[in-house]
Amino acid sequence: MLAYIIRRLFSVVVMLLVVTLVTLSIFFLIPKMTGSDPAAMFVGKQADPASIEAIRQKLGLGDPILVQFWHFVSGIFVGRDYTGGGDTIHCAAPCFGYSFRTEQDVWTMLTDAFPVTLSMVLGAAVLWLVLGVTTGVVSALKRGTIVDRAAMITALAGVSLPIFFTAMLSMLVFRTQLGWLKSSYTPITESFGGWFGGLLLPWVTLAFLYAAMYARLTRATMLEVLGEDYIRTARAKGLPESVVLGKHAMRSTMTPILTIFGMDLGALVGGAILTETAFSLPGLGQAAYRAVSERDLPLILAVTLITAAAVVIANLVVDLLYAVIDPRVRLA
Amino acid sequence: MEPLLKVTGLQKHFPIRKGLLQRQTGAVKAVDGLDFEVYPGETLGVVGESGCGKSTMGRLITRLLEPTGGKIEFQGTDISHLGVSGMRPLRRDVQMIFQDPYGSLNPRHTVGSIVSAPFKLQGVEPEGGVKKEVQRLLGLVGLNPEHYNRYPHEFSGGQRQRIGIARALALKPKLVVADEPVSALDVSIQAQVVNLLDDLQEELGLTYVFIAHDLSVVRHVSDRIAVMYLGKIVELADRKSLYESPMHPYTRALMSAVPIPDPRRKGVKGERILLKGDVPSPIAPPSGCRFHTRCWKATEVCKTQEPPLLELRPGQRVACHHPEDAEGVTIPSARESVEVTITKSPESPKAPEAPEPVEAPEPEAPASAEATESTEQADAPKSGEPAEATESPEAPEGAESVSKPAAKDDAAGE
Amino acid sequence: MTDNLTKTGAAVGEPVETGKSAPGDTFLDVRDLKIHFPTDDGLVKSVDGLSFQLEKGKTLGIVGESGSGKSVTSLGIMGLHTVGQYGRQKARISGEIWLNGRELLSADPEEVRKMRGREMAMIFQDPLSAMHPYYSVGNQIVEAYRIHNDVDKKTAKKRAVELLDRVGIPEPAKRFDNYPHEFSGGMRQRAMIAMALVNNPELLIADEPTTALDVTVQAQILDLMRDLQKEFGSAVVIITHDLGVVAELADDILVMYGGRCVERGPAESVFYEPQHPYTWGLLGSMPRIDREQTERLIPVKGNPPSLINVPSGCAFNPRCPYADVPKGGITRTQRPELTLVGERHHSACHMPQEERTRIWTEEIAPKL
Repeated sequence: MLAYIIRRLFSVVVMLLVVTLVTLSIFFLIPKMTGSDPAAMFVGKQADPASIEAIRQKLGLGDPILVQFWHFVSGIFVGRDYTGGGDTIHCAAPCFGYSFRTEQDVWTMLTDAFPVTLSMVLGAAVLWLVLGVTTGVVSALKRGTIVDRAAMITALAGVSLPIFFTAMLSMLVFRTQLGWLKSSYTPITESFGGWFGGLLLPWVTLAFLYAAMYARLTRATMLEVLGEDYIRTARAKGLPESVVLGKHAMRSTMTPILTIFGMDLGALVGGAILTETAFSLPGLGQAAYRAVSERDLPLILAVTLITAAAVVIANLVVDLLYAVIDPRVRLA
Repeated sequence: MEPLLKVTGLQKHFPIRKGLLQRQTGAVKAVDGLDFEVYPGETLGVVGESGCGKSTMGRLITRLLEPTGGKIEFQGTDISHLGVSGMRPLRRDVQMIFQDPYGSLNPRHTVGSIVSAPFKLQGVEPEGGVKKEVQRLLGLVGLNPEHYNRYPHEFSGGQRQRIGIARALALKPKLVVADEPVSALDVSIQAQVVNLLDDLQEELGLTYVFIAHDLSVVRHVSDRIAVMYLGKIVELADRKSLYESPMHPYTRALMSAVPIPDPRRKGVKGERILLKGDVPSPIAPPSGCRFHTRCWKATEVCKTQEPPLLELRPGQRVACHHPEDAEGVTIPSARESVEVTITKSPESPKAPEAPEPVEAPEPEAPASAEATESTEQADAPKSGEPAEATESPEAPEGAESVSKPAAKDDAAGE
Repeated sequence: MTDNLTKTGAAVGEPVETGKSAPGDTFLDVRDLKIHFPTDDGLVKSVDGLSFQLEKGKTLGIVGESGSGKSVTSLGIMGLHTVGQYGRQKARISGEIWLNGRELLSADPEEVRKMRGREMAMIFQDPLSAMHPYYSVGNQIVEAYRIHNDVDKKTAKKRAVELLDRVGIPEPAKRFDNYPHEFSGGMRQRAMIAMALVNNPELLIADEPTTALDVTVQAQILDLMRDLQKEFGSAVVIITHDLGVVAELADDILVMYGGRCVERGPAESVFYEPQHPYTWGLLGSMPRIDREQTERLIPVKGNPPSLINVPSGCAFNPRCPYADVPKGGITRTQRPELTLVGERHHSACHMPQEERTRIWTEEIAPKL
């Protein structure tokens, strides 16, 4: 088991290195192919040639791709100095790059944005897990009734409506019309109430989408599980229905849901772009959005890495959890 | 008579891959050295428990799978490693009927297009047109030709199996390999299909390889029967000998395990041999004789020496160190006799119709017999069990060494 | 005295046949059991008026092909058609099931639940899918024991290990913690039997207990079941399509066709003096391992009936080779009732008994 975890972690590192290399290459190659100057991209079009040249030297854009790669990787561990055009910018030890656009250390930007995203995603996750699974189970047990149909129609709406639509709608109703929950994001360290109030609408909006997906998945899985022979055996043993459902059926039903849950969490941490943008939350998603629209290479690189790391680690956790839940899965 | 199908040293190992680099860590030895022939017009039954490799064998001889070793000859042509295009002409002559009448028919195709598919694949235009021929085939297998445009789900299990049979017969094959053709069917329907297969064989002169786990059905349909255990044939004999005087302990146990539909015989305990445990895994089959872990007659020699498949009685080949009912058959001489047969003419083992007299060959090959005996004597003190020495481990080894290089040659040759 | 009974489930009409003996005299007494399932295509009459009795210590074999209603019957006795049918159209069950003097269909479902697993237990066909893959074999047995016995885990574990040992699982204490997938097919079925027997049930229902097993393993399991019945003295209902298996185990045989009983009686009578053309068909269809047969099999023509449109008269009529034998004015739409044809031997056929005996002895038996 331990050997398995170590091997998996090792492959996570390898994968992150590959992602870095690929991202660097893309930004190295695209300007070459389109004939534009990468350094100009980094500072903006109106920059004077001198500052472009300074950036070129600081970023080492003249160096071969592997040298750039090495600079980046070593920067993470020992920090990095950007020298060129007569001055030097120092970027301290976990250096994931320096954004010349915002003139900020990328790491600082990320550490500012990360708690926002995490608060939003985790809060929404709790909400959608509880809501989705409950709805799904109830729906399965009441299959074919009015309750089931109403739940599934709502779920269908949740799945089909785009998040920016529900986000706008909820803001229109609650913030503009009713005047509730108007506070913007406040860190939990400053005020719990402010944090909660600021995030409630994003939570509900995001959870609506995911709860709908989870309700459908839970319902389908539950129905399948209820048809299994071992459920019949459990009843034949004389177990009360509460045990049959709560223990035997639920354990099987939760397995695929946990898998999806882990993946969704990982993916969202890296990129709840729409939700964050719609609610103007200064999280990772918004950072990613800004980085891409402003072609801020160091920031793009860092956000890409974080996203990849989140997904891969979530995957690892899911695999480990799976082995704990299902004894048939052997980790070797 | 020339065999229609001749199989020598047939092997199929499925590799097991593990880890990041997908290194091969072992193999499922599904089929591990089979020798048998199928003669025109006969039905060869193949029985065995799950995991014995009988289905893999069926897929190998129809070349749905490629063997990892050994040779399959159909009408004298080596088809062991033919590619898709090389196999095309053969596909007409060799057809397969599958177990699952639900899974083996495409639910989106009409019966007409299912049964006519072989014509299209082979580019054959039957006399009188495809539709007429398909309707004739449907009639032949006892279906209403009017049902040409219906879909498989409109038919019952037994009728679907008939559709599968019609499809298999479309190109007038010579050999039909039926893999558990009736085991998914109810008893009354099973009998209909068995009778149909019987009639078709008579009418069309078909040759069957009939793979099944049901020993009663196999007894009913087969002329000769091969009993498989963990990838090997343990006994191959004509129906009467096999069912009335089985020589391999596994065959005997298998026969005795079948519940007899006769309440007056219930609880007659002496008749039944209860084997211990389950069939071992084909990934790591037991050493020596694969049956020794469950055999009540097993001795030391069984654990170390793999018994070769030898003709101990006319038309009855057995792979066992301690065969049943061996009186009248002096085993050492019988061993030598077969050894002689193999060394003299490894390419053409005797057909069951022309069995070699068991006692006869001793004078024919004194040299070989002597050689065996002398090594035997040399080894006897080591074995520590003088009683066992007469049924020496040497004989099997001799036979092994004949068949093994042959298999290797084949592998090297491709 | 049956009129004081209240029945659950929608009554399907038809008055309940009053028994010859007072209910509760015999250990298991099933009377005019009907189990119908409403579906979109119509009412599926899976079991349509089935009656039988079974004494303790005896084995009844219910034989039939797929769709004959034999498995539905077994689940009906266990009361498993009425629990867990969430949101679905409910099965319509009528008739009486008397177990040990208690009527189950009219009883409080909670009472029946408490009887399940303790007084009546069941073994299923495929032991791999019938066990929960996420719980160890031992824990599943412990669960079955503790739900009916107020004991601590340790005592329950001791009991489970004892039973695993009894059903022939080597190193039972070690195997206790194994999961079902770590057992072989035969071992799983043994564990399943241990689970069913853990509360010493008086009635054991085995639904195709050996169908998924290899023949050598089947022999082991049949042997075990026979020994265990002697030891536990329970009544056993074994449901199977394999006449060999019933011949091996059953004292009485009940042949089902189209949801009804066509013939029932002592095993020997049913095998040696069968009185129904369908039973003849089953016997004629079956290849025999114990004799050299050169003759063709005698199959039953046609296909099993759809349970939605069961023929109004004898369900077997469309497939019966003797449908045209004169029956003294009885029409095809009249349903044959079970009549006594020998000692405890009943058969439901319109043909005169002498004619049936003649056909069997002269036409059928010599060909088998």
